[in-house]
Amino acid sequence: MAEVHAEAVHRHPAPQGFIRRYIFSLDHKVIGIQYWFLALFSVFVGLLLSILIRVHLAWPQAHIPLLDKLSPVGAPHGQITPEYYLALLTMHGTIMVFFVLTTAPQGGFGNFALPIQIGAEDMAFPRLNMLSFWTTFVALMVLMATFFITDGPPISGWTAYPPLSAVGGSSGPGEAMGQNLWVISIALFCVASMLGALNFIATTLDLRARGLSMMRLPLTCWSWFITAVLSLLSFAVLLAAGALLLLDRIGGTSFFIPGGLIVSDKIINHSGGSPLLWQHLFWFFGHPEVYIAILPGMGATSHILSTFARKPIFGYKAMVAAMGAIGFLGFMVWGHHMFVSGMSPYSAFAFSVLTMAIAVPSAIKTFNWLGTILGGKLRFPTPMLFALGFVSLFVTGGLSGIFLGQPAIDIFFHDTYFVLAHFHMIMGVAAIFGIFAGTYFWFPKMFGRMMNETLGKIHFAVTFAGVYAIFMPMHFLGLVGHPRRYSEISGFEFLKPLAGLHEFISIAAFITGAVQLVFLFNVFWSIFKGKKAPANPWEATTLEWTVSSPPPHDNFAGKHPVVYHGAYEFGVPGAEKDYIMQDSPEKVAADH
Amino acid sequence: MALLLAVIIALMTLVSVGLFAAHVWWLPAVISTHGPAVDRQIVLTMYITGAIFVLAQLALAYLLWKHRDRGDGTRAQFFHGNNKLEAIWTIAATVLFIGLNLMGYRVWAGLHFMGAEPGATQIEVWGQQFAWYFRYPGPDGKFGPTHVEKVDDATANYLGLDRDHDADSKDDIVTSTLAIPVNHPVQLILRSKDVTHSFFVRELRFKQDLVPGMIIPVHFTATQTGRYEIACAELCGLGHYKMRAFLQVMTEEDYQKWLQNMAAAQ
Repeated sequence: MAEVHAEAVHRHPAPQGFIRRYIFSLDHKVIGIQYWFLALFSVFVGLLLSILIRVHLAWPQAHIPLLDKLSPVGAPHGQITPEYYLALLTMHGTIMVFFVLTTAPQGGFGNFALPIQIGAEDMAFPRLNMLSFWTTFVALMVLMATFFITDGPPISGWTAYPPLSAVGGSSGPGEAMGQNLWVISIALFCVASMLGALNFIATTLDLRARGLSMMRLPLTCWSWFITAVLSLLSFAVLLAAGALLLLDRIGGTSFFIPGGLIVSDKIINHSGGSPLLWQHLFWFFGHPEVYIAILPGMGATSHILSTFARKPIFGYKAMVAAMGAIGFLGFMVWGHHMFVSGMSPYSAFAFSVLTMAIAVPSAIKTFNWLGTILGGKLRFPTPMLFALGFVSLFVTGGLSGIFLGQPAIDIFFHDTYFVLAHFHMIMGVAAIFGIFAGTYFWFPKMFGRMMNETLGKIHFAVTFAGVYAIFMPMHFLGLVGHPRRYSEISGFEFLKPLAGLHEFISIAAFITGAVQLVFLFNVFWSIFKGKKAPANPWEATTLEWTVSSPPPHDNFAGKHPVVYHGAYEFGVPGAEKDYIMQDSPEKVAADH
Repeated sequence: MALLLAVIIALMTLVSVGLFAAHVWWLPAVISTHGPAVDRQIVLTMYITGAIFVLAQLALAYLLWKHRDRGDGTRAQFFHGNNKLEAIWTIAATVLFIGLNLMGYRVWAGLHFMGAEPGATQIEVWGQQFAWYFRYPGPDGKFGPTHVEKVDDATANYLGLDRDHDADSKDDIVTSTLAIPVNHPVQLILRSKDVTHSFFVRELRFKQDLVPGMIIPVHFTATQTGRYEIACAELCGLGHYKMRAFLQVMTEEDYQKWLQNMAAAQ
């Protein structure tokens, strides 16, 4: 019985002292906020890197002030060298994908809200939770260290394809110590993620309050649960791949390095390995990873749209099934990153059909979001704006995938800016909007204060218009055939006419980047000076809104909530208010 | 706020569609036999995704504006879903996306399920950090063996040929331009000396990675003479952005003359 488990497994007394309360805390709420701050730090580092990238692409000869102090080798006189450009994009991708998109949605909001949404006092394994966070923190420090070593960060992209990433310093600057530190950082991150995933799965299955069946769970909880299953299985493979890569680099093995290579006039003393093996292992992880990045955003969007449309989510069962299908199919499509890699063209056919299949549950979710708004009574606080923005961006980003999933078309678009447009729209924007939506939504519960609405609306409007101005033009660069990861367009005649478009994108990026400072200011100002938040400022229905903002240490002040309804009973005819809390005994005809 | 958001979405949709439709930035002219089929598939996909894009974005904009709370005290309509509609759009999406995908298969099959036509011109393509080299087999029609320990860029022995001891290597022609005859099937054999590269010629609508340790045959037929840029399309190191060579599509006559000149210069 859920109640018995809840008492025995995870009760821990309220901590004393600064270190126990805020640093080495066992409390899922503190750990969730720690993950969230780690992601906040990381996203500003990643943003700064992207600004440097955009400056270089628009004005390759620019002297950037202070950059020569940070990296005298990579940017002498402040001018970004081609190798430093590659280091910047490697670190941008690595930091954003891992330390932002794989921390905030799951480790951040999942940790903070899951236990309260299911009526539990904490996660199933609080000590494991604390270990997961601090391991992630160490992983980030190891990665950041690469900025400060002489040869700088690795230059092989966040995808680190061997032999470029495997043969060591001869293949390029940053490929010696920089790449080693990168592998170690990612391996630590894998371990942290897997431990966290175990915690989420055990918590969701075991610690639900009485009356909270799986089919009454908020869609946020379903998204964190499915994401955890994906994390457990996929990060295990990345960890293995990373171990093999490290062994090739420092252990003399040849998992990924074939014989007969000569790099920079040096004959490479390895043989028998396959570069494609890395690609298969990496993308077997890499594809589920992008669903790990987006599923929590989908859960939050569903939750927030229903809340502020004052209407039940349209098609709850279909939404659960669609997330499950996306998670399951997500393991079967990795080869669509490898259509022109040299792998069997027959497998390309299989991967392609499965990739198209994934578009179906994605379409179902989109229809259901529109169905949720249809007939609603919409309110537009900032979290709702970001949730609506998520829907728009998900549609745009998802549709470019329809091109890339067809091998005959991918033969042109692979490794061009069309791919950059696709994954930035869907990850770099839609998933980030999920994080913003979650932030504005749960901030009152996390910090006991409201964020400023005017600043929030400014942040939303400029960011939403800005990201379209940045990433829509990248489709056009792709149509012309502009390859990825080119530090300059000066090497090719066909690229030179695109200089104007690059400048446009860069200026849009500077404006959009600048408005993020409004968000940053809003966060820190509101933590200290924001209006005090009531228990349920949004008139939402789930259990976290039945307790104070912020909640007491054990979430429910010793009580054990009992759940009577699903999470989306809004606008019930005949009900006293236009929403019914999940723990309210008020009867609803549609209860299941 | 609802109106502002709806307007931003609508504007973004219309401007984007306009820029795509007007082909302000578009695919370059096509010069291969399989290229037009690729373009037809791209255009078809663009019509379908374009229609979905416009419908979904405008529906979102309209619905969020229409259903804004005007403060009249009424409640939202109360429904949990519609199973019939779910079934309809699930089936429609499946048929549409999978159907679209299956339509593109003939091009892929032609390029990769079948080999080059017999009599195709054989040329090896070698990628290295950061240059392309091309090898023609010469009159004997055979590519001589390569020896990594004999590679010496300084003396222009890029592939490590041993012309003194390997009979088949004697007449091999190594160049830094890829010349091919027009309207004649060509088989390229892709190899890499060091890291993964990728052979990409936009106008051919063709791309294939060069993987160290693998020997990858590909084929196509060019339909127009001219000079086209070959770009590397797989991150290979700091010189990736300038790893360029030229594809010269020539008449049969010019091609033979060029081969003779190159042979003489070896």
